[in-house]
Amino acid sequence: MKVRGKTWKFGDNIDTDIIIPARYLAHTDPKVLGEHCMEPIAPLFPKQVQKGDIIIGGLNFGCGSSREHAPIAIAALGISLVIAKSFARIFYRNAFNKGLALLEADLTGLVEEGEEIEVDLSSGIITCKKAEVTAKPIPAFMVELVNEGGLINYLKKKLED
Amino acid sequence: MGMTITEKILAAHADKEKVEPGEIIEARIDLALANDITAPLSLEEFDKVGAKEVFDKEKVVFVLDHFTPNKDILSAENCKKIREFSKKYRITHFYEGGQCGIEHALLPEQGLVVPGDVVIGADSHTCTYGALGAFSTGMGSTDITYGMVTGRVWLKVPESIKFICTGKWPKWVTGKDLILHIIGMIGVDGALYAAMEFEGEAISALSMDSRFTIANMAIEAGGKNGIFKADEKTIAYMEGRSKRHSKIYESDPDANYREVYTIDVGTLGPKVACPSLPSNVKGAEELKEIAIDQVVIGSCTNGRMEDLEAAAEILKGQKVAPYVRCIIIPATPTIYGEAMKRGYFETFLDAGCIISPPTCGPCLGGHMGVLAKGERAIATTNRNFIGRMGHPESEVYLAGPAVAAASAIKGRIACPEEVV
Repeated sequence: MKVRGKTWKFGDNIDTDIIIPARYLAHTDPKVLGEHCMEPIAPLFPKQVQKGDIIIGGLNFGCGSSREHAPIAIAALGISLVIAKSFARIFYRNAFNKGLALLEADLTGLVEEGEEIEVDLSSGIITCKKAEVTAKPIPAFMVELVNEGGLINYLKKKLED
Repeated sequence: MGMTITEKILAAHADKEKVEPGEIIEARIDLALANDITAPLSLEEFDKVGAKEVFDKEKVVFVLDHFTPNKDILSAENCKKIREFSKKYRITHFYEGGQCGIEHALLPEQGLVVPGDVVIGADSHTCTYGALGAFSTGMGSTDITYGMVTGRVWLKVPESIKFICTGKWPKWVTGKDLILHIIGMIGVDGALYAAMEFEGEAISALSMDSRFTIANMAIEAGGKNGIFKADEKTIAYMEGRSKRHSKIYESDPDANYREVYTIDVGTLGPKVACPSLPSNVKGAEELKEIAIDQVVIGSCTNGRMEDLEAAAEILKGQKVAPYVRCIIIPATPTIYGEAMKRGYFETFLDAGCIISPPTCGPCLGGHMGVLAKGERAIATTNRNFIGRMGHPESEVYLAGPAVAAASAIKGRIACPEEVV
């Protein structure tokens, strides 16, 4: 599956308090969470972002708390994918569980803010103006989990059997 | 090749002789935890999968500690949902009101975690229980739903990093200073996906409270878990707390480590992490120009008895500086009661402090001490990210209780020696 979208660049260590500040965590409605995504450093982001856009991060994207509200907020804005040099462990699991696609690749020096890039999610090939980059393969176990429809669908099937 | 404590616990819970770093396993869990922020999402997923019951009502724990006493209507509604669920499924360990404390201080205190356990929690600081020689790690609400229903979790076996801590502890230097020093040294992703194992004579000399503080902040270096071998102090701490079977694991001499660090704690002074990352660590003595508006002494990191004792020792007979709010949050009702009995409350009140009920409250900018634009706090909490305690243009400095209390008196970042 291929996605094409405009990039939004963020730096290293984008933490979950930036992605969705804790004061909004009493909300579970994805729409409300999306409206406050990245608020502390980019308050206009939720208004300006368009469906299919791609977030580019540096090291340790999603560090901090276990709040699943973080990938929910990003996905609620219609972001198709987050590509970062590395991801924090809990955020990585949560994104898969919430159906937000992630790829590991270092695009911070390659891509300009707002540049349109094309990504083949199955091969991990990223085509940007300056170069073609192949993302680190998604662990086989995670691919299997995605093919099962995610952890919750897997569990649902298991309970029905 | 031998195994580390972490590998041994995981192997035992996956019914395997041996596991290796990188291997994906499905492990049995001894406890699944969620709080008033993360449980609502877990319960939504619970309904979606059509589960009829939890795998073991003794092994699912809900602690309503974040936005409680309820800060607004939404928080109250969330707590109500969890309460109703807990009643319906007769969850044994449901904590709210006067039984409620900050989860990572409360669970060990109540004997819910024993050495050798595997614990998962929908809270990143679940790694705290590694201080007891258990494997415990934070994850999201959906993973906790899976655990609540099946009693299992999938895990990638982490590589381990060893921290050998030697030397004698200088006065006022505690576990918080050591863990801040380590995070400053290896960075906020220095232990990404890894187990952080602590050992050495300086660790043996350390109280359980300080060990909890160290394990608690493993996540701030990106760690999957922090872990200590259970020793005589752990056994003494566990006495009378739990009837459950515990098992003490020890790393083999030929176990494999990704990295090994040796730290002489005798060379450490009081440490402070400056905004806006826990790795931005400096010596407290370098920061004496930094004026503060608020002090928070509490949280799952430093709201235990030893922390209140240090604060009381420093604040005794002193006054909080004008225009500074000093908020003290005993982490559990037991700690609260004990601090009161020991006369600490009188010390704190005489000094002009505020004593809060147990809550996570200000640590995550929830309530009970939110910062205005341009304000600055020094806190014994675990995160100083942008806007963590309130306005995006407010700042948080992280320190141990002695530095925080001394700073309250001076109205700026201060070392304990300046006031005692």
